[in-house]
Amino acid sequence: MADKKADLIIIGGGPAGLAAAASARKEGLQDILILERDTRLGGILNQCIHNGFGLHTFKEELTGPEYAARFIKQIEDEKIPYMLDTMVVDISSSEDGIKTVTAMNPDEGLFTIDARAVILAMGCRERPRGALNIPGFRPSGIYSAGTAQYYVNIEGRMPGKRVVILGSGDIGLIMARRMTYEGAKVLCVAELQPYSGGLKRNIVQCLDDFDIPLLLSHTVVDIKGKKRVEGVTIAEVDENRKPIPGTEVYYECDTLLLSCGLIPENELSGKLGVRMNPVTNGAFVNESLETSVPGVFACGNVLHVHDLVDYVSGEASLAGKNAADYIRGEQLSDGEVINIKTENGVRYSVPSVVRSGHMPDTLTVRFRVGNEYRDTNLAVYLDDEKLMKLPKRVMAPGEMEQIILVKSKVMDILSRSDRSEHEVVIRVED
Amino acid sequence: MKDVTIIGAGVTGSAIARELSRLDLDILVLEKESDVCEGTSKANSGIVHSGYDAKPGTLKAKFNVEGNKLIHELSKTLDFPFKENGSLVLALEEEGRAGIEALLERGKANGVPGLRILEKEELLKMEPGVSKNAVCALYAPSGGIVCPFNMTIAFAENAVDNGVIFEFDTAVKNIIGKTSEDGEVYYSIETTTGIVESKVVINAAGVYSDVFHNMVSEDKIHITPRKGEYLLMDKAAGDLVKSTLFQLPSKLGKGVLVTPTVHGNLMVGPTAESIEDPEDTSTSAEGLGLLFERGALSVESLPRLTITSFAGLRAHEDGGDFIIGEVKDSPGFIDAAGIESPGLTAAPAIGVCVAGLVKNILKASDKKDFISTRKGIPSMALATPEERAALIASDPSYAHVICRCELVTEGEIKNAINRTLGARTVDGIKRRTRAGMGRCQTGFCLARTIPLLAEALGVDEEEITKSGKGSYYIEGKIKDSL
Repeated sequence: MADKKADLIIIGGGPAGLAAAASARKEGLQDILILERDTRLGGILNQCIHNGFGLHTFKEELTGPEYAARFIKQIEDEKIPYMLDTMVVDISSSEDGIKTVTAMNPDEGLFTIDARAVILAMGCRERPRGALNIPGFRPSGIYSAGTAQYYVNIEGRMPGKRVVILGSGDIGLIMARRMTYEGAKVLCVAELQPYSGGLKRNIVQCLDDFDIPLLLSHTVVDIKGKKRVEGVTIAEVDENRKPIPGTEVYYECDTLLLSCGLIPENELSGKLGVRMNPVTNGAFVNESLETSVPGVFACGNVLHVHDLVDYVSGEASLAGKNAADYIRGEQLSDGEVINIKTENGVRYSVPSVVRSGHMPDTLTVRFRVGNEYRDTNLAVYLDDEKLMKLPKRVMAPGEMEQIILVKSKVMDILSRSDRSEHEVVIRVED
Repeated sequence: MKDVTIIGAGVTGSAIARELSRLDLDILVLEKESDVCEGTSKANSGIVHSGYDAKPGTLKAKFNVEGNKLIHELSKTLDFPFKENGSLVLALEEEGRAGIEALLERGKANGVPGLRILEKEELLKMEPGVSKNAVCALYAPSGGIVCPFNMTIAFAENAVDNGVIFEFDTAVKNIIGKTSEDGEVYYSIETTTGIVESKVVINAAGVYSDVFHNMVSEDKIHITPRKGEYLLMDKAAGDLVKSTLFQLPSKLGKGVLVTPTVHGNLMVGPTAESIEDPEDTSTSAEGLGLLFERGALSVESLPRLTITSFAGLRAHEDGGDFIIGEVKDSPGFIDAAGIESPGLTAAPAIGVCVAGLVKNILKASDKKDFISTRKGIPSMALATPEERAALIASDPSYAHVICRCELVTEGEIKNAINRTLGARTVDGIKRRTRAGMGRCQTGFCLARTIPLLAEALGVDEEEITKSGKGSYYIEGKIKDSL
């Protein structure tokens, strides 16, 4: 017997978990519990004190904490229970569909909770230096951009004063500006790829406006300093991302920030046996954002890394609604199963499968491309019939793309199709 | 006047200190870094070798086999992570068979228990992840894996519990042999923090052991630091193989090993490069690339799941063997020099041997109240649900997670700081508790560990370092330089 019970447990009280909880309550679900490991709700938004959040959701420009506060207010107003400083250490699913979550916190110790449905909203973590194989010494002064952001924005302390940033992910770009504001000298941002990993607006507002050079097709090839970073060597790379000898430039600095990608934090998903997508490092989900384990849903950066929090909130709302439907036991026939196949530059899609019986009138399918594309088209086919061909001026890996599948149109094609296995294909075309 | 001064708080110095602490002696350990296990001991394969590799009759062969037996026992009495996972030397082509047979004979001569040759079928049945190119392998069931940090820390803590004093951030600058008024030989050791006088000096200084030996002896020795680079992979790759896989040396070179670590990661390494600078622990693009290439030969598919890479230095003496014993022209000066592989395995046996020499020289008697056991830091990650509940009941901070990757709690970190020879640096916490050793490599826990250390040590966060002087994390407040 578990120590507690809840209809729906949401793991993570960041933007995804909060929106999922608010939406599940809107659907009439009463018995919800949010488990958050930090000492406050809001997740990473708490340290994102820059503005630019909420343009889609609230049609105004908010800071991260302001954006989080809008959702936290809904949670408080609706009196949705949450536990802070609480870490989920284990999760399992039994044959009767009950999920048992094991968690702990200093007030209640170790405890178990049985739930009918679970929403995974654990977010992501930053890729560390080791994963990048940067050679050199291992001194202090090498931080992930997010750690530096925590120090500056939460603790009010400087992690360094003369900074090189590797990787042009959004947090790195934001920190280039932030560190400059606080008195540091940011020497450059080096990016291995020939294109930026972050949003165009961040390159303009965080680098260009401060004359911080963005070195595309460059990487760090050596770190000097046995105790604290003393400098880094940056070299240009060729088309195979290999450093070109003779292009090395030494930068004297005390700090190296890394902003080289985010990895969904899926340890718990693994314990549940959720089927994972090796491209996103997140779960495979269907149109309801339900994983391969029935009653377990995923949303936000634990599912796939988003560029804008507004999209996280939208996706999480859908997960919350679908989890409420699941708990209500709505019996819908699956209908036809449509696999979504991505090819020719499109790396993955969320969802990766659609059951026509559960499909809403319009279904947003989100994805990223694997390279920078200019003046191309995004083509979508269903069972070889063209659904759409959208001209695209620029598509880049740093920005998430989306298409909207219209149910009536899909059903129309399915009714004509004589294929036994249906397939939506999304691809880049000339 | 100290009875014994040990130079170096690596695994060798710490093991010697622990064995010496059985004796009724006044013992001091001098260490230039700010913690134990800061040199060669922190960056090696973490392998407890069975002992087939060393040439019969060498000190390496003798101390390897003895040390292996001792670690089996000590891991229990001193509570450090050790696993007898067995090791395999793979012949990846038919020509290697003769080499495997030669190793078997050598191992038998060294007294290694349980050695036998596995043919391909049996090998792949035992280790399905091994490369299908493997022809046969030497199986050594007594091979094991150990946490080199916690083994060293366990020796040192137990030594302190038995009265040994460790002085950190104290580098030895010079050693002069002297004779007292009553004709006794002693040594005056000049350090960065003052002069120490000692009847016996033990040289366990790793890559610097030639420097100290040569200060007191005309019979010079010469150490070449040999750099070994390693890749450490995510725990997701940790069950690729159960055994430690060595490659039979071939025309490609000595070969690299692929092994699970005692904590469940996968490790590939080392390279071997002779260098000049005994402080150069930098990794290189060539080295890391080579490791992946060579490591991939041992297994069917080596995943690209590196979470960190590092390099360590081995103290290779020109003669190729350990140098252990009293220096002929300097009575009371004992070398434990040239300790390279299998030094980690050999350390406890070297400790026993050196303690025996000292006992003889100083005519020391056994301590009556020697504490032979030591309890490690509890691990919430490894604890059963009942043990977890009990730990939390003892201190609720065992339910407060600091490192999410490795599930390390505030309780464990406080324990690591507050115990005998407690952690003073972030690396010290990391090696004692594994906070920061996981897949995010301190991305999450660093900013949570530093305040805990600062509070426990009663200093500002700006004072907290990664590994001692100069390795600070925080450069003042925001807007300071505006």
